[in-house]
Amino acid sequence: MKFKGKAWKFGADVDTDAIIPARYLNTSDPKELAKHCMEDSSNPDFMKKMQPGDIMVADKNFGCGSSREHAPIAIKAAGVSCVVAKSFARIFYRNCFNMGLPIFESVEAVDGIQEGDQIEVDADAGVIRNVTSGKIFTVAPVPPFMQELIASGGLMAYTKKKAGL
Amino acid sequence: MMTITEKILAAHCGKKEVKAGELISARLDVVLANDITAPISIKEFRAAGAKKVFDPDRIALVPDHFAPNKDIASAEQCNMLRQFSREHSLSLYFEVGRMGVEHALLPEQGIVVPGDVVIGADSHTCTYGGLGAFSTGVGSTDVAAAMITGEAWFKVPESMKFVYKGKLGKWVSGKDIILHTIGDIGVDGALYRAMEFTGEVIRKLPMAGRLTICNMAIEAGGKNGIIEPDEITKKYVAKRARRKYKFYKSDKKATYVDVREYDLTGMEPQIACPHLPENVKPVSELGSINVDQSVVGSCTNGRIEDIREAAKVIKGHKVHPYVRMIVIPATQEIYKQSIKEGLVDVFINAGAAFSTPTCGPCLGGHMGILAAGEKAISTTNRNFVGRMGSPKSEVYLSNPAIAAASAVLGRIGRPEELK
Repeated sequence: MKFKGKAWKFGADVDTDAIIPARYLNTSDPKELAKHCMEDSSNPDFMKKMQPGDIMVADKNFGCGSSREHAPIAIKAAGVSCVVAKSFARIFYRNCFNMGLPIFESVEAVDGIQEGDQIEVDADAGVIRNVTSGKIFTVAPVPPFMQELIASGGLMAYTKKKAGL
Repeated sequence: MMTITEKILAAHCGKKEVKAGELISARLDVVLANDITAPISIKEFRAAGAKKVFDPDRIALVPDHFAPNKDIASAEQCNMLRQFSREHSLSLYFEVGRMGVEHALLPEQGIVVPGDVVIGADSHTCTYGGLGAFSTGVGSTDVAAAMITGEAWFKVPESMKFVYKGKLGKWVSGKDIILHTIGDIGVDGALYRAMEFTGEVIRKLPMAGRLTICNMAIEAGGKNGIIEPDEITKKYVAKRARRKYKFYKSDKKATYVDVREYDLTGMEPQIACPHLPENVKPVSELGSINVDQSVVGSCTNGRIEDIREAAKVIKGHKVHPYVRMIVIPATQEIYKQSIKEGLVDVFINAGAAFSTPTCGPCLGGHMGILAAGEKAISTTNRNFVGRMGSPKSEVYLSNPAIAAASAVLGRIGRPEELK
């Protein structure tokens, strides 16, 4: 799988309240949630400016805080193709694999990408290319079990198979 | 040689031994979700074509976040839990009037017991480590899968050990210990790891304080927080446990990736300043910070011990004219006990509001939302931008005694400052 888009940069410790504030959690409708994606972050106008396919690039511990799956749901429904960060908070990381938002860990890529750069992520090859600067970065490998989850089509497809549904 | 976390996980996947980094599928004792997270789980459960839950007596659905229903959309979400619970005859559904803040309710009611493995679609599920259980927050899809299979996959976490020595001062409690620790290691200082809390301070700490400490393990990025069960645990669970329980202890030669020691003698009450739980300062270093609201409650500090502590401070005083003080007992039992001990009178006489259990203001849901420019002192667990309302408001986290004293002073301060 390949993802191409413009980079939007975010800092360290972006929490789930910044990604989708709790005041909007009286629904789980992806379209409704997407309207408010990143509303309380350092870039509150993110939804007005971003184009479908764009890529979020963040520093360490992206998605910390709440377990709300509404956070990756909002990002995915916003049209963000994937998220690249130095590291992800544990529950957010797990949620992304379960619900199917592609995420990639790479310290060097985050340091080597500026806001507005054109980015290409080749998930199969495990590389991120900064088209604007011409630099190439490697992605931290995805653990084998997570690869199995992705190959099965996410946790629910995996569970259906296991439970014989 | 295993840690308590490794032993509990091993016992739940039928292995003699597990090691950090190993991937396992573990049997779950309790699966939990609330009115915000369960709707997605229920949709996924149905979409998978599942007809039956793995065990109707082990799935706890607690409408506590936006309940009593704060608006029509929240009412619809709570109704999904209600209907699903009836459809599947879930015995652990808690209606308004019986409901409490989930992580206070489950230990109190003996639904979670020592030695359990528990997942919950709520990040503060790590609270039950205070009982000596392995419990961790997950997302809604994990809960959907678990409601079908009764299992979840885990990477066995590496363990960090936190050893606390010395003697706690007056008005210093579990909250200060965990805030101090998060201030030391940062909001990702225990990322993916088990946080094991031990030492002479912990051994003397009442269950309420232990639950508070483990509750905030997630605020350091931890997978779980855990405390070895002992006599205090035994006393707490003896009257409550609905199932058989087992005490696990770490082997002396168990492996830890990091061991940190703290001497807590002389430690002041700790405050986490905006906008991260790691921005921790001793209260005396704060300077003069006026507050508009003081909240005592939540899964972190809404237990009877917390309500008592705040009442002790505020008794005979009046809430500052410019401050709204909101006290929220975490469960109906705590509410009743507060009435019995005359604590509700104390708060109402002081000019504070006393509410039915709800997560409410902690996550900016309802029952105390902040306007732009307002500041709150709160016994809750997060102070992210916009956490309690306007993205232009600010939240300071503290223990209940400080929250009560600050309500009277109109600024963040200590009980000793009250005349």
